[in-house]
Amino acid sequence: MARKVVITGLGATTPIGGDVPTTWRNALKGVSGTHTLTDEWVEKYDLPVHFAARVTTPASETLSRVEAKRMDPSTQFAVVAAREAWKDSGLAEIDHDRLAVAFATGIGGVWTLLDAWDTLREKGPRRVLPMTVPMLMPNGPAAAVSLDLGARAGAHTPVSACASGTEALHIGLELIRSGKADIVMAGGAEAAIHPLPMAAFAAMQALSKRNDDPEHASRPYDLNRDGFVMGEGAGALVLEAEEHALARGARIYGELAGTSVTADAYHITAPDPEGLGATRALKAALFDARAQATDVVHVNAHATSTPVGDRPEYIALRAALGDHVDNVCVSATKSQMGHLLGASGAVESVLTVLAVYHRLAPVTINLENQDPEIPLDVVTGTPRELPEGQVMALNNSFGFGGHNAVVAIRSTGPKVELA
Amino acid sequence: MASNEEILAGLAEIVNEETGLAPEAVELDKSFTDDLDIDSISMMTIVVNAEEKFDVKIPDEEVKNLKTVGDAVSFIAGAQA
Repeated sequence: MARKVVITGLGATTPIGGDVPTTWRNALKGVSGTHTLTDEWVEKYDLPVHFAARVTTPASETLSRVEAKRMDPSTQFAVVAAREAWKDSGLAEIDHDRLAVAFATGIGGVWTLLDAWDTLREKGPRRVLPMTVPMLMPNGPAAAVSLDLGARAGAHTPVSACASGTEALHIGLELIRSGKADIVMAGGAEAAIHPLPMAAFAAMQALSKRNDDPEHASRPYDLNRDGFVMGEGAGALVLEAEEHALARGARIYGELAGTSVTADAYHITAPDPEGLGATRALKAALFDARAQATDVVHVNAHATSTPVGDRPEYIALRAALGDHVDNVCVSATKSQMGHLLGASGAVESVLTVLAVYHRLAPVTINLENQDPEIPLDVVTGTPRELPEGQVMALNNSFGFGGHNAVVAIRSTGPKVELA
Repeated sequence: MASNEEILAGLAEIVNEETGLAPEAVELDKSFTDDLDIDSISMMTIVVNAEEKFDVKIPDEEVKNLKTVGDAVSFIAGAQA
């Protein structure tokens, strides 16, 4: 029998809150974190998209000036979220040789890389900062979190575009099940609201261009959806072997019951229109969790609000869950937070865990005319109460490159009322 | 041309910016590594910032000879001359 893995700590910094309590409260209320950008570079480079979903709270509120100077913004977000999750877990005296990190990013230290390129061109190689390499490397967030916590059982960095954050939980589960670690700080971080990624995502027609109405730009499942909204931030989850958590009397949010990763091998960016890779991922996650489709009551969907992406996910959900999909309530929280790329899977997993813990599914905003080809039961208006008893929820994430990652969260106790 | 006192004050400012150490902790007889706990990557950042601030060149092979804050002040003063 594989070791059971439970979730005992949560952390986040997002476009709708600087921590988990604020993010969760706003996710239940339904607020938009998307706003017009006021940066001079929007006009300077004549970017076609003028808005994004920035974190509400600068990392400087948690990090010292000297700490922040040595970190790319993506790493700053990672450390902020990981510190909150660690504190939340109540972990203190532990064997640090048994603590690992699995912290993802989709893009890595893009601000550092491009700032250094500007410095090189304008001032020459002598002025390129010696910290440039450790700041731009994609394992920067994982390495910084490992250093911060003294995690010595390995620090891993899944990089699978927008599936990265969810794949981090997959790696974390495997590390604990295989006995290589007892505790894993798993998560994802991204800070790519920079003119180059903004121009590049716009060039591929992936971003919404609703410049006159940014708060309503991220509208998964809506007939008038026209692309995703760039977000930023980080999410972190403390994964712990169940026996370790029970022995210390930890508060347990839920069980990380199963995970899966598959690849479409279909197209470098387009999702398989039949959703075959996503279907296999959903089925594999249920199998891994020793669960039936009928155990699932809620899905936090990938649902980015692109015209081509939202439908194949529905096809996959119907293929994997069968007609039971009609009994499952779906939240598309990117409607509120935008798309946090490599952090999205981690932040949305935090919300999925809380949905199971409190038996409440967060709301989807901006859904005015639901695409008739996506007849899902989408949670809108007010949060949806989930059933009492043991329940399971899924979080889906898919990434350019054909990456599919799914996690299954099972409740471990009765509903816990909101504080 | 900066005086030795001005160079020391300027260096202390650079060290503070890089490491957060209080400027008054940066004294002439203090070793960068043993007393101020400055690692090699921070040392290079300090060197590059000092080059810009005092308009001097500090060759890479010279950096290992700058063991104390006083060594750095003397080198910069000499390089300015």
